[in-house]
Amino acid sequence: MRVMCTGRVDLSFVLRAFERGADGVFIGGCHLGECNYTTHGNYYALRMASLAKHILASIGIDPGRLSIEFISGGEGNRFAELMNSFSEEVTELGPLGEKEGLSKDQLAANIAAANRIVPYMKLIERERFKLAYETRAEYETYFGGDEFKALFEEAVGEKLSTSRIIGLLEGGPRTTAEMADMLGMSPSEVAKYIRLSSSHGLVRFDEGLKSYALA
Amino acid sequence: MQYPDEFNQDISNNKAVHVYFAQAVPLVTYIDDSCLYLKEKKCGICESVCKAGAIDFTQAEEKVDVNVGAVILAPGIEPFDPKALAEYKYGEYANVVTSMDYERLLCATGPYQGEVLRASDLHHPKKVAWIQCVGSRSVREGANSYCSAVCCTYTQKQVILTKEHDADAACTVFHNDIRSYGKDFERYYSKTADLDDVRFFRSYVSIVREDPETGNVTIRYSTPDEGVKEEEFDMVVLSVGLAPPEDVKGLSAKFDIELNKHGFNKATPTNPMETSRKGVFVSGAFQGPTDIPESVFTASAAGSQVGELLNYRRGKLSTERRYPLEKDVSEELPKIGVFVCHCGANISRIVGVQSVAEYAMTLPGVEYAQEQLFSCATNSAQEITDITKEKGLNRVIIAACSPRTLEKLFRDTLREAGINQYYLEMANIREHCSWVHAKEKENATQKAKDIVRMAVARAHHLEPLQEFDLPVNKAALVVGGGIAGMTSSLSIADQGHEVYLLEKEDDLGGMARNLHYTIEGLDVQEYLAGLVKRVYQHPLIHVTTNATIEGVYGYVGNFETHVFNGKYKKQIKHGVAILATGAVEYKPTEYMYGEDERVMTQLELEGKIASGDETATSAATTVMIQCVGCRNEERDYCSRICCGQAVKNALKLKEKNPEGDVYVLFRDMRTYGFKEDFYRMASENEVKFIRYTPESAPEVKEMGGALQVQVDDPVMGNKLAIDADQVVLSAAVLPRSDNKALAQTFQVSLSPDNFYKEAHVKLRPVEFGTDGVFLCGAAHYPKYITETINQSYGAAGRAVALLANDTVIASGSVCTVDEDKCIACGECVRACTYGAVELKEVGSLKKAGVNPVICKGDGLCNCVCPTGAISLKHFTDEEFMGQIDAAMGD
Repeated sequence: MRVMCTGRVDLSFVLRAFERGADGVFIGGCHLGECNYTTHGNYYALRMASLAKHILASIGIDPGRLSIEFISGGEGNRFAELMNSFSEEVTELGPLGEKEGLSKDQLAANIAAANRIVPYMKLIERERFKLAYETRAEYETYFGGDEFKALFEEAVGEKLSTSRIIGLLEGGPRTTAEMADMLGMSPSEVAKYIRLSSSHGLVRFDEGLKSYALA
Repeated sequence: MQYPDEFNQDISNNKAVHVYFAQAVPLVTYIDDSCLYLKEKKCGICESVCKAGAIDFTQAEEKVDVNVGAVILAPGIEPFDPKALAEYKYGEYANVVTSMDYERLLCATGPYQGEVLRASDLHHPKKVAWIQCVGSRSVREGANSYCSAVCCTYTQKQVILTKEHDADAACTVFHNDIRSYGKDFERYYSKTADLDDVRFFRSYVSIVREDPETGNVTIRYSTPDEGVKEEEFDMVVLSVGLAPPEDVKGLSAKFDIELNKHGFNKATPTNPMETSRKGVFVSGAFQGPTDIPESVFTASAAGSQVGELLNYRRGKLSTERRYPLEKDVSEELPKIGVFVCHCGANISRIVGVQSVAEYAMTLPGVEYAQEQLFSCATNSAQEITDITKEKGLNRVIIAACSPRTLEKLFRDTLREAGINQYYLEMANIREHCSWVHAKEKENATQKAKDIVRMAVARAHHLEPLQEFDLPVNKAALVVGGGIAGMTSSLSIADQGHEVYLLEKEDDLGGMARNLHYTIEGLDVQEYLAGLVKRVYQHPLIHVTTNATIEGVYGYVGNFETHVFNGKYKKQIKHGVAILATGAVEYKPTEYMYGEDERVMTQLELEGKIASGDETATSAATTVMIQCVGCRNEERDYCSRICCGQAVKNALKLKEKNPEGDVYVLFRDMRTYGFKEDFYRMASENEVKFIRYTPESAPEVKEMGGALQVQVDDPVMGNKLAIDADQVVLSAAVLPRSDNKALAQTFQVSLSPDNFYKEAHVKLRPVEFGTDGVFLCGAAHYPKYITETINQSYGAAGRAVALLANDTVIASGSVCTVDEDKCIACGECVRACTYGAVELKEVGSLKKAGVNPVICKGDGLCNCVCPTGAISLKHFTDEEFMGQIDAAMGD
């Protein structure tokens, strides 16, 4: 797919591709710091892709299925090498969901949960992850570090888990134990997010069914 | 019948009827004189099989008289033919090839489809040697005395490509000086030299023998430690130089122009486009050995001079293009036409074009599909127009090549058919498919189908978009009043445009005020005075000195620049801007500079010589040190002009005081092109050139009141101690420290070394990526006066090409805001580096609004918008999502 700048590659495009069953997504752009304009949109792409990898990991998808590389017009061979090795890596990972041990329905539900928080991600990306590093290595250090991990858990993890619970409840009322089983979380985690969601008025306890349902 | 293919250096064969090469312009088939029918009136089969009836053996040569007001000669160069020098065994040993032969071997459209094979046994060479300076830098009979200026770097490119073809190949380059004097060339050289199994070896060589069994070639060379050695190679590449064009004497007689002693145009140093005959100009390598960027900007430069001559007739021969009225099809259901191109055999050799076209017919909304031999050929474009009208198509997909080259042409085709040009979609099944999957035909055909399916999906969502005609303010702003800025200003003003020339200092002249003579003997101050006078006297040039730029607003065709001259502020309206802000000389911190007044820079020496300073001119011993402050870690570039400058000043010292000793301590003497003759002259005048390496750099010491320079002698292997009366440092040329601020003001980019970054290093050397802003002179990269003049006329040529129009067209692919969705968070405003998005009052609310004229269509704002309110036309979420779904098979 042709984009005029990698900065136009939206998080929702990446999720859409996985939603439709892509086994891998590759984003290719100009070298960092070598923008022919003044936009430097490839930094946006790098931030987006780094966050996307964490989101994928949180919904059980191997983050190795998403790759971002910076290649100049004069590096045809490098491009070919990168594509070939990414293709090998993805082949190694196998069809989406299989290695991850996720059924088609679970995959769909997880991606839908991630999709629901895209607008939120955009709001917090600039607020919380406003980074002005120059090199890829610096970004990798940051996104691999504890500080980011904590921040991600606090700012995104919670939202994502809540979104997954809401997604599940859209299909009908569930008990905590059922949800914990279906989402691969511990019952106490589920209870925590249920508490949060009900305090936001999103979820209620159905006394008759002894289950949680959408408010 | 097959004949040696001239384009592939006669290595492989081709037919008498053929296309010259895959990217030829025009891309048409022709018959050459190897044709049997033309030679012997036999055959003629092509005539009977050509369904289009295109073969016509009755065509005869025609003579046409054309009346013109000016002529530009751009005959280019010929590669040097090494057969003139028997010792290279070219044509004798099968595995000795020229760099031109090798270039074709490396190329995908080459004789063996991109495989490097030896002529003797069609095996891959594993050990390849390059011999530099073949036919160049030599006063021998049959060779050229000048340096061909491009071979060092093209050899490095060939080494890199060889390693990309075969990572195990061992590459050896036997060279003299490595002349990486071009922009970013020094880094390229390091990159090449750092590859595994790549050796750069400084030595003269001779080709000794060919092994009759293996066809391998033995080269003899000398080493500093082990004496003379012999080594066998699978293949030897002769890095041949550039010779004047064929029949250059005939050309010079025909146009009545003078040639220099090397057989190139005899140039005036202050106007290298001029010939000895008024109205006849030259561009490109006919000025002398030249690389691509110089060829490109001298072409614009010659054009600008023709413009000065013929401006009064500008536009008189052109007719305005009229398009049919655009039909409104936005309410219709998509009726898509798909044209699948063979690109000769470029696509159809690999991809089953017919099956792709058949497949396209099965896709939703596709009304029509067909194959075409060359979709870009005039008759094919006509066919697309006709069929679009006939079938009532409202979307057209061309499945062919990259949109980068031909999207413009096909958009025009759609306009001719009366539908909006943004209803075009290109499916790239050549670069993205047939060229990269040459070995997997079936998969390639499947991928081509996938690509077409994605294009069809996208086409469903395409919308008609309107482009904007923006009026052009016909004035130019030139920043910098040195030779570059003044030359551009004069050329633009001589073509009838107002020019506002800004100079930061209190007078014009720039760096040239410190220069007094060139190596060729030009009196710089006299020339400069004339230039300054012409600028001040030109009625259309308005000079502001002591100028500071406070802000630049607007966009191509309509800029407004705020200037303060220390007394009052001015607002200048202009359509284009040229940045010609020059460069500065490095103030050394090494070699006791600043500690001892006998240590000076080349510019300082030149000033002393010009002012008749006896201590400088009568010094018994002068030591010059090259590469001070560059070609190092901090500044990994070559300052290009210092070798010429050192030779120039050394010759001047020798002229003033033949008894005085002059030493030049250098790493590589980079007197490229015709400057080589002066380097040789300096050697003949007993200027002593001593090579040093960065590991054993010279040292300057004070010994009992006297200056002493110590340096390793690479020939004798001991340390030399030279007592010097003066030490002259060839100091680096630095980008100006205010480049960063100015680049931000004009929204243009800088290279890693902080020189201005052109839009494309080879093909767009005077444009910035930002429309309407141009560059020239040393602000782009260090260069000699003559080169600066070339580039300044070049920038003027590009600027006038824009100013000559009444309007510029702004793309329809810009952002737009759905105000209902906008929550005025301002993220889009922050994302846009062009200032195209602003929050404005809509009733009592704030909403984002886009100035479509400034929007560049990168779409960054789309990705930061939490509500999806801002959307880039032609690259909308719906279009992408459609494509993604189609890619996954929906």
